[in-house]
Amino acid sequence: MIVLDWLAAIGRAAFAICRTTGAVALFGAEGVSHIVRPPYYGRMFLRAFLEFAYFSLPVVALTAVFSGMVIALQSYTGFSRFNAEGAVASIVVLSVVRELGPVLAGLMVAGRVGAAMAAELGTMRVTDQIDALGTLSTNPMKYLVAPRLLAGTLALPLLVVVADILGVAGGYLVATVKLGLSPSAYLNNTFNFVTTNDVVSGLAKAAVFGFLIALMGCFHGYNSKGGAQGVGAATTSAVVMASIMILAGDYVLTELFFAH
Amino acid sequence: MPTDPIPKIRIRGLRKRFGDKQVLDGVDLDVMPGTSMVVIGGSGTGKSVLLKSILGLVEPDEGTIEIDGRNILTMSRHERETLNRQIGMLFQAGALFDSIPVWENVAFGLLAQQKMSRDDARKRAGEVLSQVGLAASVGDLSPAELSGGMQKRVGLARAIAAQPSILFFDEPTTGLDPIMGAVIDGLIVDCVKRLGSTAVAITHDMASAVRIGDRAAMLHRGKIVWTGPAADLLQSGNEVVDQFTHGRRDGPIQMELRK
Repeated sequence: MIVLDWLAAIGRAAFAICRTTGAVALFGAEGVSHIVRPPYYGRMFLRAFLEFAYFSLPVVALTAVFSGMVIALQSYTGFSRFNAEGAVASIVVLSVVRELGPVLAGLMVAGRVGAAMAAELGTMRVTDQIDALGTLSTNPMKYLVAPRLLAGTLALPLLVVVADILGVAGGYLVATVKLGLSPSAYLNNTFNFVTTNDVVSGLAKAAVFGFLIALMGCFHGYNSKGGAQGVGAATTSAVVMASIMILAGDYVLTELFFAH
Repeated sequence: MPTDPIPKIRIRGLRKRFGDKQVLDGVDLDVMPGTSMVVIGGSGTGKSVLLKSILGLVEPDEGTIEIDGRNILTMSRHERETLNRQIGMLFQAGALFDSIPVWENVAFGLLAQQKMSRDDARKRAGEVLSQVGLAASVGDLSPAELSGGMQKRVGLARAIAAQPSILFFDEPTTGLDPIMGAVIDGLIVDCVKRLGSTAVAITHDMASAVRIGDRAAMLHRGKIVWTGPAADLLQSGNEVVDQFTHGRRDGPIQMELRK
């Protein structure tokens, strides 16, 4: 009987995962469909875009600078054993542009904007504000969700451009000032190794991560229940799920772009 | 031979179940044009579910809800959004949008539905705020800066701004002191009369029910068990209504709780 109980529990969990996956997919599809159909809420888009791009800039910038500095230090430690210090620049630029830029920016933004989004929509849900929108002939998906999905998708690549530049600059700073590498050789190696494909793949990842952050924030906030506790749970779920999806998505996209 | 007027709102056989709980169990209700109907009932008897079903926020399992003779449950989303332009709703806690100032809350429907310019909408919001006893300067405040009574007034202003033909009120006096409750009731009566609207309010404040309503209905165990003039609420002759309106511990409602 204990075995059957275990099997039943596993079955219930599997059904719950399938149900949630389906619900998220339908929610996302409806949100995207509202992006392309009028009316458009430009002010809501602008507000969400500023929240994503402008107000997240300091935290993303700091993360990128220090990540670039750490990679320069760590890679120098390894490569100097083989007299290959020249490879530091290429390691820094490739890891920042391909991986660390989009992933770290995504994780930071998920913690900052995704959480705020889930909390805002969750509070609107439990205080009847979302219902109120419906009674004012305003589709809540169109007014609240679509602008955020679009803002996330467009804003994160811009953040990642900044993160890429600052990450490389952080690596350059450590390599030239602290480790004594030649500035011109470092810059040469940086620009010789990075390709358009590296940059584009990083920005494409960022667009996907931005969409996922907004989707998770909106989905969990929009469907939150049960007052303050429900809003708290929605916020946690939004950040955790967005973070997991960013990391899993990063692997899938890396396979897609580079496993040829 | 005169025919009976068609009800503005006609509800027949409305049922809604949440899990094991049959919240609405065959609700029948008519609300005549230009009248105010107050639905009373204990906590958890389904008053809010009934209201949300009419507003399209909850999908009933069975039954029909007709507005002006059209079943709203079979309408497309577009038709429903068009219908909602005739509807104003005052939510229990106001449900004001806290990310925008008061005037934008009041003018939200005008900006969204009627595509009014922001300048005109702001001017109209000031006029509507004055109708509910608030200075136009309140429009510049954030909803979080308002007291509970002021939030209700702003909610009422938002509900009437587009001059709807049907108004819904969800517990309009909950959380207010008796004087402010009476003020809000007075404003509701004034607004409904001025607009010539049909109104449905749910409440368990008996003083409010008598002040607002032309007619009243008692919801008990998912059914309407009594309807009559709101003025008769305190001497209805129905044992469920009498127990509820007089707040007696013993009676059919409490017996049900003991089961």
